[in-house]
Amino acid sequence: MSIPPLGAALAPVHQRYLLEARQMQALSFAVHIPLVCFGIAFPAMVLFLEWLHLRTGDPLYRTLARRWSRIVLALFAVGVITGTILSFEMGLLWPNFTATFGSVFGLGFAIEGFSFFMEAIFIGIYAYGWDRMSPRAHWLSGIPIVITGFTGSLMVISVNAWMNHPGGFALHAGHVVDVDPLRALFGNPYLWSELIHMYIAGYMVTGFLVAGCYAFGRLRGNRIPPTRYQRVALTIPLTIACVAAPVQVLVGDWVARDVAVDQPIKLAAIEGLYPTTRGASEHLLGWYTDGQIKDGIAIPHLLSLLAYHSWDARVQGLDTVPAAQRPPINVVRFAFQTMVGIGTLLALLGIAYLVIRIRRRPLPDSRWVNGALVLAGPAATVALIAGWVTTEVGRQPWVVYRVMPTADAVTGAGGIPVGYGTLVVTYLAVGAGLVWVLRRLARAPLSEREATLPGAAGATPQGP
Amino acid sequence: MLQTLPLVFVLVGLVLYTVLAGADFGAGIWRLVSDRGTRGQALREHANHSMGPVWEANHVWLIFVLTVTWTAYPSFFGSVASTLAVALFLAGVGIILRGAGYALRSGVRSDRELALIDGAFAVASLITPFALGAAAGGIAAERVPVGNAAGDLFASWTGPVSILAGVLAVVFSAYLAAVYLAADAAREHPELVEPFRRRALAAGLAAGAVAAAGLGVLHADAHSLYAGLLSRGALACVIVSALAGAATLGFVIVGRFEAARYGAGLAVAGVIAGWAIARYPTLLPGLSVHRAAAGHDTLVTLIVAVVAGGALLFPALGLLFSLTLRGRLAPGESTPEPIRAARPLGGAVRARLAVALLIVGIGMLNAASAPWAHAVGVVSLFAFMIVAFASLVPAALADEG
Repeated sequence: MSIPPLGAALAPVHQRYLLEARQMQALSFAVHIPLVCFGIAFPAMVLFLEWLHLRTGDPLYRTLARRWSRIVLALFAVGVITGTILSFEMGLLWPNFTATFGSVFGLGFAIEGFSFFMEAIFIGIYAYGWDRMSPRAHWLSGIPIVITGFTGSLMVISVNAWMNHPGGFALHAGHVVDVDPLRALFGNPYLWSELIHMYIAGYMVTGFLVAGCYAFGRLRGNRIPPTRYQRVALTIPLTIACVAAPVQVLVGDWVARDVAVDQPIKLAAIEGLYPTTRGASEHLLGWYTDGQIKDGIAIPHLLSLLAYHSWDARVQGLDTVPAAQRPPINVVRFAFQTMVGIGTLLALLGIAYLVIRIRRRPLPDSRWVNGALVLAGPAATVALIAGWVTTEVGRQPWVVYRVMPTADAVTGAGGIPVGYGTLVVTYLAVGAGLVWVLRRLARAPLSEREATLPGAAGATPQGP
Repeated sequence: MLQTLPLVFVLVGLVLYTVLAGADFGAGIWRLVSDRGTRGQALREHANHSMGPVWEANHVWLIFVLTVTWTAYPSFFGSVASTLAVALFLAGVGIILRGAGYALRSGVRSDRELALIDGAFAVASLITPFALGAAAGGIAAERVPVGNAAGDLFASWTGPVSILAGVLAVVFSAYLAAVYLAADAAREHPELVEPFRRRALAAGLAAGAVAAAGLGVLHADAHSLYAGLLSRGALACVIVSALAGAATLGFVIVGRFEAARYGAGLAVAGVIAGWAIARYPTLLPGLSVHRAAAGHDTLVTLIVAVVAGGALLFPALGLLFSLTLRGRLAPGESTPEPIRAARPLGGAVRARLAVALLIVGIGMLNAASAPWAHAVGVVSLFAFMIVAFASLVPAALADEG
């Protein structure tokens, strides 16, 4: 398991604040990724509503689609800036990663740049084109937004999958040679499970969060029966999320088996498995210390069964690599168990809802049901971030798995804590502002004749 | 040739970013300085209405520049980003605040809130152009060496050339914005044309003065660049830039704002092209384009991707700008005829189809292990989700009705 030394493009510099640099990157991702979910899934929901309007002529669908399209626009604007910050950080925090491997993975981001560009253009056309185009042309102008939401995820995940399972280049005396960027990015078997897992997560997070907003409205105004508007606005995102949630469990199993094959040490960290074991047990909860899980619930053979679909499969343990090459076990393990725990609950919620709907019963308008729906959105977001913590912290101490240590990639510049603090304060302010504006957008009712440009909201009197 | 073409893409992207996003930042600057009262309010309102639909698209040019640079010239990108980290970080913070200002504006209900948000975020419009200009000045003055943060974190972007380039970027942004806003006002708010025309003239003259003073600064602080700019090809670019700069002011005086925008764009392009020609093939001290460039396959793939992307992008951009510039795309607001959907499958058929797709999906994705089986499994599961959604939602909506 020896790893050849890497001749980085720039000489690595010792960085006192490597951990802070990683945290700053993690913060930037954690802020950006929920917005990505809305970019993936929300336009599709808006288009579905507008399609219902075109089909039925019912103005309610158009009103709802139009209101949601303003939220798409506001969230996309914030997503543009958090995404720009991420691309800055590729150079500001990890210049040696980019300098050494930019020729291998950079293409993914370059194509993603175009995808992002098309998304920005068509979101502009769609959001500002409500009264300026024929209805059908307007609906069609939304299709590229859905497509670019997918291609954007494909490109970014192709880079992340490459970092986790690098290929498409050779090392000659430590130097990166024979670069084949297409093979590196798209010839990578690791890409597909990760991509599908994230794409479905986008629909879950968006669906549960949007449905949760309307369920919250029900919790507060429970005396009056829900209007048709409220029920439509709740039903569509909720049905999408509830169909996606159980499927996500199946996709998660696929991801786990890919991790077992390609990143055995990550799997060992996820499970806290120290000795290499045949017929390994799965541990629920508990805490990893001194090479074993304390206070966990052991289920014999389950890990071998889950990871390799075999009762007695051999599962590689943490003991196969030196301590310096192991990720922080408890962080990875806790994040993974959080994701799986929440994901399981959401899948059960989804199945329960589907059973109710299949039997054509109405969804009970009770405090418990609405309360569960309000919690489901934030829970799905936590699961999303926990999943990314699992894969990204689980990759440590490598930035390019088993090729380049994160410590070699980091910048030599000082002042990382200052930058980190500035970013925290800025994002807190932006987050507070975003909550404020979303509440305003949710309250101001949209009349059909209302002007579409921003700023017009200032002229709109507050309705009932 | 192969190794230089991505550099051309980067420079073109840089010109477009300077012109398009510069106008956006400039609009923010005018918000900062426009007088209080109803007219100032009208000016600010106009600035926001004009930029709103296009600002995201304008800012993506920066991402284009960054991604092409780190793919084609990775070690150049790493050296620049690490040494100029402070300036670039400041620019990034400015971009966050600027974008947040747009997002927040859509929720505003009173003039007081509007003034508060504009005040808080207009500062961002000063920071970003200045910081990016200063960073470019640092590269031009050879204050960025090759290496991981090998240059001075502050001195690299605070030298005379940097200050000059930063100030020029700010003044030029204000100029571009005033021209753009005057052109835009001509369509809907004729009373706002004159104030923006006067602002454009003032900012244009200031930009010309800063640029002229810049020659003296270059002579003193970056002599080799100065000498390079006087060599043949570069000198031609500088002359074109100066002529375009003079012409654009002339267009503003006679009120031909659209032509003035192109003139301003040409002036920027001249400066950037002159700089590139004066330096070529050197990117940083001791690092040539050829040494920094990625391998053959990467460059070819990148160029193909950029050309293909551009073929998709420019028609789409044209559509967006025609929508915002002409005010509308097609006669809108007709009540649509309900589209007759294909006859839906019976409920029982759909339920059986959904179950079948789910079983195939689980079998292929979770039981089998061949890659082709996984592909079939994923497709089946997506089909399951679509069929399940399509059969549940219409019923749910009908029940609600």
